[in-house]
Order: sequence, then structure tokens, then C-alpha cells
Amino acid sequence: MTDVLIAMLITIVSAATPLLFAALGELVVEKSGVLNLGVEGMMVMGAIAGFAATTHSGSLALGVAGAAFIGALMASVFAFLVLVLMANQVASGLALTLFGIGLSALVGSSFVGTPLDGLDPVAIPGLSGLPVIGRLLFNHDVLVYLSLGMVLAVWWFLNRTRAGLILRAVGESHDSAHALGYPVVWIRFAAILFGGAMAGIAGAYLSMAYTPMWSENMSAGRGWIALALVVFATWRPLRVLVGAYLFGGVTIAQLHIQGAGIDVSSQLLSMLPYLATIVVLVIISRDGARVRLNAPASLGRIFHSSGSK
Amino acid sequence: MSTPDKQPLISLSGICRSYPGVLANDNVSLTINKGEIHGLIGENGAGKSTLVKIMYGSVRPDSGRIVFNGDEVSIDNPAFARRLGIAMVFQHFSLFEPMTVLENVALGLAGQSADAALAGRLVETGERYGMPVDADRTVDELSVGERQRIEILRCLLQDPELLIMDEPTSVLTPQESNALFVTLRKIAEEGRSILFISHKLDEVRALCETSTVMRGGKVVAQCDPREESAATLAKLMVGEDLAEVERPPRSASGAPIFEINDLNVPAPYPGASALQSISFAVSPGEIFGVAGVAGNGQAELLAALSGETRSARSSVTVNGESCGHEGPRARRSRGIGFVPEDRLGHGAVPDFALTENAFLTGHITEPLIRSAMIDHARTRTFAEKIRATFDVRAASVETLAGQLSGGNLQKFILGREILLNPRVLVVAHPTWGVDAGAAVLIRSRLVELAQTGAAVVVVSQDLDELLQISHRISVLTSGTLSGSMATADVTAEELGLLMMETDGGQYAHTA
Amino acid sequence: MRILPELEPRTGDPGHWRFTTVLVALALTIIAGCIMFSLLGHAPLKALHVFFIKPVSSFNGLAELGVKATPLVLCAIGLALCFRANVWNIGAEGQLTLGALAASWFAITWYESESLMLLPVMIVAGVVGGMFWAGIPALLKTRFNANEILTSLMLVYVAQLLLAYLVHGPWKDPDGFSFPESRLFPDASAVPRILPGTRLHAGALFALASVAAAWLMLGKSLPGYRIRVTGSAPSAARYAGFSANAVVWLVLLISGGLAGLAGMLEVAGPIGQLVPTISPGYGFSAIIVAFLGRLHPVGILFAGLALALSFIGGELLQIEMGLPLAVTLVFQGMLLFFLLGSDVLLNYRLVWRKGATPAGSAHD
Repeated sequence: MTDVLIAMLITIVSAATPLLFAALGELVVEKSGVLNLGVEGMMVMGAIAGFAATTHSGSLALGVAGAAFIGALMASVFAFLVLVLMANQVASGLALTLFGIGLSALVGSSFVGTPLDGLDPVAIPGLSGLPVIGRLLFNHDVLVYLSLGMVLAVWWFLNRTRAGLILRAVGESHDSAHALGYPVVWIRFAAILFGGAMAGIAGAYLSMAYTPMWSENMSAGRGWIALALVVFATWRPLRVLVGAYLFGGVTIAQLHIQGAGIDVSSQLLSMLPYLATIVVLVIISRDGARVRLNAPASLGRIFHSSGSK
Repeated sequence: MSTPDKQPLISLSGICRSYPGVLANDNVSLTINKGEIHGLIGENGAGKSTLVKIMYGSVRPDSGRIVFNGDEVSIDNPAFARRLGIAMVFQHFSLFEPMTVLENVALGLAGQSADAALAGRLVETGERYGMPVDADRTVDELSVGERQRIEILRCLLQDPELLIMDEPTSVLTPQESNALFVTLRKIAEEGRSILFISHKLDEVRALCETSTVMRGGKVVAQCDPREESAATLAKLMVGEDLAEVERPPRSASGAPIFEINDLNVPAPYPGASALQSISFAVSPGEIFGVAGVAGNGQAELLAALSGETRSARSSVTVNGESCGHEGPRARRSRGIGFVPEDRLGHGAVPDFALTENAFLTGHITEPLIRSAMIDHARTRTFAEKIRATFDVRAASVETLAGQLSGGNLQKFILGREILLNPRVLVVAHPTWGVDAGAAVLIRSRLVELAQTGAAVVVVSQDLDELLQISHRISVLTSGTLSGSMATADVTAEELGLLMMETDGGQYAHTA
Repeated sequence: MRILPELEPRTGDPGHWRFTTVLVALALTIIAGCIMFSLLGHAPLKALHVFFIKPVSSFNGLAELGVKATPLVLCAIGLALCFRANVWNIGAEGQLTLGALAASWFAITWYESESLMLLPVMIVAGVVGGMFWAGIPALLKTRFNANEILTSLMLVYVAQLLLAYLVHGPWKDPDGFSFPESRLFPDASAVPRILPGTRLHAGALFALASVAAAWLMLGKSLPGYRIRVTGSAPSAARYAGFSANAVVWLVLLISGGLAGLAGMLEVAGPIGQLVPTISPGYGFSAIIVAFLGRLHPVGILFAGLALALSFIGGELLQIEMGLPLAVTLVFQGMLLFFLLGSDVLLNYRLVWRKGATPAGSAHD
């Protein structure tokens, strides 16, 4: 019984990791005052980029790096649109998603059905031998450790560094930050690129570790769920961690119910993560004041340097 | 530093800067000496803000040169301005509300993190200049006066040679303004220069030793304000003699037509003011003034009066009928008109033409809809009437509201509301940010409206304005309203004391 | 002296730029398309010919354009109303699916019906189904303040899974060799064709009617005015006593109803039964149609035809040159990018501003 439970908990980790990467990246973007709805598009591009780079080079590391690069490249298109050309952020994010889904399918058509040796677990010497805990905590692939490290890194950056302070200031009031002489556009550009790279890695995790293969549209809405997680976490990195694992849990529970032979249609069970997202959004948003208190005040607003003439 | 007699710190020459449709700065020249408090006066739209933004590097001039401490410089961004030793306190503060005072101060200083050493320096500097602060509070908890202190301290920690203050007293009570002047004189005594921007002439005369007057983007005079009268300065500033508006004698008293009884509204969001047991009554022909510093419940009170926030049924009464539970449309049908604080986006839709903006509230009581469709011809006629009657300077009624100047848009909104023949008119900050000519017209139209028998409520921060046109005044502090006083019996200082009471007390118990 | 470009907010009417920017975006998309085809190893001109010209070089092709434009225009008209009101419904695909499901129930239940009432009932069912699905985000937004972007999108996945469940399960054709498909719909449910020899059906008339109705509503009626004020200046809407929640409900219900109608027309028109995929993403592409049409009903009509072309062109490319169908989506995504990018010229104008004389330079 414990074996089954441990196996289940381990799969939760792998279901949660892509959400964690993508949501952390988006959190930083939103903290800088930009809403990028293109996470899904960047993620699916990351998935194909990671898969293709690994297949061609044979190096998993290059695969992950390629995914991060492509994610950031996609993000830079978005950044150019919303920061330089001051386009509507919602529409531009949607464009990024539609474009990413299309382009990944186009590029990926020759990779459908190609097998790939995915990321292997890295046992942490000494600790992985511990009973139960060892398998649960210290025997994951390297991206899982990286994702957890990123939670701490993002938290530390936002709350303990001057650069993080400036980033938050830009997200709170771009006019004030501009008045103080901070380069609002460049700071946001950097944040958006980071968000893109993180979404790319999230995609790579899907195609290289979670299910080591490529299939069209394989992110299946996870980019959108990551967006919801940022709201759920009220823009706090540690709560993103909690939220991602909660969602990982829902996804896995759904798979296990199917596996356990309970007679419910797989299609109906597959609705669970999406329904859970809606439920979670409703619960969090009910308290409008709390969301308002935590959301960066400039979120989604277009910045123009003469805005406060 | 001993008197550094007439040594120029910064001098600007031939500064030009245009915006679409306006020449905001037209060949402007200005010199500020070391240790001097220099007044920059002019009406709204005279080009003062553009000029200081050029000095602070947040706006680039089209042409012109700047010499600072003997060197010609190009101030490309605020960071460079700060390195030169130029600091600025903005009219709309550049503070980050959910962040702490300490974080805000750190953000204003190059390469500074929000650590204990900075907190120590902040508190110490605050004490030296008589401005105590609590470094750990978040800015959204602070009053307007306290926020300004943070801005000034943030500047002083940069050890600036030039401190620019953009309309610093517009949000302060008379007493707070006087305290600010003491601090500013202390700063000037240390050899620092101050550029003090204002349109309040008495203040400039009290504080500054030299002043530059701007009008229509140009410098029209340089003078010693202490040797000028307020009237001569006003004439320089406006370019003509303006008629004063006189408060009419109260025409008919009679029974109140607009009554507020024990109005209570909870704070709509954290940091806003809750309205507590507000009561007042206004009779036909009367102008009732509500004074107070922004952030003491003005926005909440205005929303409760207009119906945008609903309250207990009995808390608002028009002509003896209770309507506190009703929304804006029902209240308008009862004859309440309303001019909100924000013209663009609240009183008018910026990217709609004036005709469509005339329809915004016009259709509720005027027959502007015919067989379920908007009657464009009638709406246009109504808009034309507003434009003609209220001297709205726009190319046509198809001009977008967002393209009008503040004064013209305010005339349009006020005109729309008055031409709907209200029995009660609630007006927020009628002349805030409006040029002098428009201000005179607006005030006289309010007085005329009262003379025709309407009840008028004016909520304003401008004490002079309230003293000029209202019959009775109450003061709003922290969501409570003082008893009303006949305007003839009170002075600005007395009102200032009332405005401070709760505000100062709040600070005392939290500090 | 340095001369630097600066974008300055436009104050006046953008005039011809409203149309010019659309043409610029289309031109840039075609150029980018050429580059993309070259990179994929295909002769760009030939591919462009197949994609853009060939579909409309026959009578039947033109009729097909109308067939594809019908759902796009119906969905986009609704979305434009939403976007005008600043309500970001991006779940038209789900609303379309639910409309199709609701209508299909009647056709599947009365699969031998010859009643003249069947088609009208299905039309109503389609509209109501779409309204119901759009009503969920409306309820969650007005009641619980939940972001409609995320809820409407999540409901797309739910709707598609529901469709998959039904065609794999309860609604599977009992005589269908276990293919995941429903029974063929009865003839009484078929949307009548309006051009003999083609697939163009009466749904196109609904699309045209929706364009006319939306134009009248937005420009001339009080509800349209409320939608525009609410989207453009929410505080002004409150000031005039327009209920924001009522507007959210109004635009979402209209939008859902139109999308549901589009879904019904697809299954009862060109498809004729329920299959696992009833739309190649009309609901998402309609977002692009709405923007390309500048959120204006008449503009949307033309934009719908343009995007319909991209769907047919994509299919032809797949058949004739073996390119993946995803080319369509890439083209649409690029088009939206370029459109949003060129919008900058609508709202701002480029001015060249001299920098202040740099320190140390002797001349002015």
C-alpha cells in the first residue's frame, strides 16, 4: 500500500513541476506589471524545442537550454508588441498562444511518433537511501530540483534584493518608477524574457520527462492553469508551490481513479483539472479586496513615458 | 554656508518643447541662484510642469541649453539629474502604495537597499528637519501630508543642490503649509536651492525671494514677489483683470430640499475612509461647501450622494422623499445633478465625441431616445446648446472629449448637468486644474444656479473657493463631517484647524 | 545633435490609418508567409498561390468561403460585443460546442423525425446551449469576481471533453461499427442549402443578419451605448447608472448565443452528425476575426471572409503540397501579431525629436 502511495506521490511531483515552472515565470512577469496570456503558446513551443534539440543533439541539457531559449524568443515577440508598440496585452498574449500552438504543430509534424529517452531520476547520495522519504524527496530528475530551487530563488529575488524591489515598484506604478528614472520598458522586457524561458522549460519537462514524446498541442491547457495558479497564489512564490502540487494532485488522482478500474468515463475524469481551476479561481476571487490588495497595481496597463504629462 | 551671493546654480535658456497642438514651452529662460527659494508661478497649462520635467530629465526639450554649476549639461534621464544634485517632489507623488516607507526611500536613492542603516539615516534626517516618520509603515496607511514628508525626506537623503517642489501645498491645510515653509527655509539656509511651483500667490509672496511668471508657455516676468501685490502677480499670471465672483445673498431659505441624515457607508476597500453618521441639509438657493484634505472620505461621500454607492433608504432625502437606496438613474429622475471629480473617464468618456457625452446623463431625463434608438439629431442639438451656453471651446460637438483642455471639459460637464435643470447639484472640485478664466465662469454659473432656486453642494479642497461662493461650510475629516458654519463667520485658518484635527491626531497615536 | 524617434499619442481621428494598418498587417503576413514557406523548403509563390488564390478561383470555392465564414462571423460578432465592453470572453469555441451538443440531442433523439419543427427547435436549442455555457463565466464574474478569461477558456476544454464523452459513449451510433460518431441526423434537421451545387447553407443568412443587427445595436441603441461606455470608461458607466453586471450578462449571453448558433449550424449543416471534432478552431480564430474587423460589425464580415480563406487555403496546402494543417494557425497567429503591432500607428504617431545638446558640444 505504501508503495502505491509513494508511487502516486512521486507522479504528483512530475505533474506539478511544469505548472510550477510556468507559474513562477508568469508570477515574475505579472509582478513587473505585465499580463502575458501567451504562457500556453510559449510552453508548447518549449515542448517541441526541447524535444527537437534533444533528438538532434542527443543532449538533454541542450534540449532544456533550447526550450528555454525558444520560450524566451517567443516572449520577446510579445514583449516587443506590448512594450515598444504598446499593443493590448490581452490580445497580444492570445496571439502568442495561437501562434505557438500552430507553429509547434508545424515544426513538430516530423517528430510525431519519435521515441525519446527522457530525463532520468538523479538520486541524491546518502539521502535517497532513506526509507520512504528517500524515494519521495531525493530521487527525482534534475528539473524537479531546479523547479524547487527556482521557488526559493524567485522568492529571494523579489523580497530580498534591490533588483526585486525595483521590479515590484515598476509593477505597482510604472509612472512613479519612470518618474524616479527607472527604465520601465527594459525591466519589463527582462521579466517577460524570464517568464518565457520558464514557460519553455515547463514545456520541455512535458516532452522530455513527464511523457517523453511529442504530440500536437501537448500542453493541453497547462499554460492557462499556470496563469490561474498565479492568481490562486495571490502573487506569492511559496504559494505557487502549494498550488502547483495541489493541481498535480488533482491530475494524478484523476489518472489513478481511471487506473483503479472505477467505472467513470475517462473523458469525464479528464475534466477534473479544468473544473478544479474554475473552482479555485472562484474561491480566491470571491474576496475581491484581497485580490486587489495583492495584485500589482499596474497589471495589464499600457505604459507610455508621457502618460502622466 | 554663508550667503553665496547671486551665484547661479542652474540656468536654462531658449528651452522649447511642443506637444501635439500645444507649444508647452516657448523659448523659456530661467536662472536659479544658490541658496535661493525661487517661485515659479503660472496658471494650469502655463507650461510649469513641462519645464520642471525638463530640468529633472523626464521630458526631453526640442531645443535649448541647460547650464548647471557652470557646465553645459544634457539631462537625459532622472537618474542623471539626481547625480547632478537635482531632486524633485512630484505633485502626484511618485510613491508605491503597498510598499513600506523604507522601501520607497530606498527606491529613490541609487544603489541603496532597504536596510537598517538607511532606516537610521531616515529617522535621523526626519528629526533634523522636524518631519518624524515611521520607516516600517506602508505608504497606503499614510495621510497626504505624511506622504509628502516621505517624498521630501527621500529627496533630502540625496543631499541635493536643487530641490524642485511641484505644487506642494495644493493638498495641505494652511497649518501644514506653514510647517512646510519652515522646513523649506531651513533647507535653503543650508545653501540648497529650491524651485517652488505654485499658483497660490500668497504663498509665493510669503516664501520666495525671486519668482518667474509663466503664461501660455512663455516667461512673462521675473520679479521679487515680496515687492508685488497679489493683484499685480495675478494680472501677470492671467494676462488680464478677472472679475471676482461674489457670493449671492441667500435668496430663499425655506425648508431644506436635500437632506442627508445619519449616512453611514463602510470603507469600500482597505485604506479608504468609512463614512460615519454624516448629516447635513441644503435649502433651495443655498450653496453648501464641504471642505477637507483629499483622502478623508470625499470620494466615498460623493459616490453616496450620486447613488453610485447605495446606502440606507432614509439617509438621503430629496424634497421630503427618501432615496438613499436608489441608484444614479432614479436619483437623477428626482432632479439631482452631479459633477464628479475626475472629468476624463468619470464625468465624460474620453474617446467619445461631445455629442455622445451629452447623451451620457442627458438621456435619463431628456427625451433623447426615439423608438428605442438614440435620437442623434436631438442629442446633437443638446450638445450644441451646452457648447454655446457654457463657452466650451471645441472645434465642433464631434470633437472627442479627451481632446479638450481641463477647463473646457469641466465647462462642458457642468453645462450638461446645469442644462438638465437640476433641483440639487452636487459638484466635486469644480475648478481643480482649470485655468483662471474658466474658473470664474464656473463659479459664477454655480452662483447663478443657486439664485434660480437650486440647492448646490460643493466638495472642494480649495478653501479660498469655498469661502468665496458658499453660504455655509462643513469640514470632512476621516469620514466624519463637522457641524456647519456660516461662511461669513469663519476664516481659512479656523477651517484648517478643523481639517487637521483628526488627521494630526491620527498621526500622533500611531507615531 | 542626436535625433531620436519618439512615439507620441495621437490626439485626432486616426483617419485612413484605421484601414491602412489592416492592409499593412496583411502585407506583412504575406511576406512572413513567403519566408516561412521557403524555410519549409517549398516554393513560396506556389504555396501562396495555393493558399490564397486557388480557393477563390472557382464558384464552388467562393461558396466554401461562405460556408467557413459563417461560423467565424457569428462567433466574432459576439466576441466583438464582449471586447467592446471589456469582457474578455475567449471561450467561443466551448460555447460553439455546447450549442452543437444541445441541438444534436434533438436530432439524435428524434432521428427518424420528419417534423418541420425539428430544425427551428434545434436552432433555439443551439442558441440556448451556447448562452448557457457563456452564462457560467458571466455568473462567476458577476457573482464571484472570477476572471472570465480563465473561466471561459477552461470551459472550452470541458465542453470538448463532454463532446468526446458523448460520441464515445451515450450518443455513439449503435450501427456505427464503434466509430466515435453519432447517428446521421435526419433530413428534417438539415439546414437548407441556398446555392444549388454547393454547400453554402442558410446559416450564411444568419451571419449577415447578425452583422446588421450588431451594427444597429452598437451604433444606435441604448444597450449598445451602454456596452461602449462600460468598455471605454467603466467609471463613467457607473456615473450614468449603467450596471456593469448587466452589461457582462448581456454581452456574454449574446456572444454565447451566437457561438451556439454557429455550432448548431455546423453539425446540422455541413457535418450532418456529431463527430469528435466539429470545429477546426472557429471559436479561437473568431478572436482574430474580431480584431481584424476592428471590432466593427461590417469590418468583421470582411475579416471573416479573410480568415475563412486561410482555413480553405490550409486544407488545400495539405492536399496539394503535403504541408501540415497547422500552417493555417501559424498564418492566423502571424496576422494577429502584425495587426496588433501596426495598431501602434492608429494610436500614436512617430515624431523625430532632437535630443538636448550633449555636454561639451560647442554648437547648438
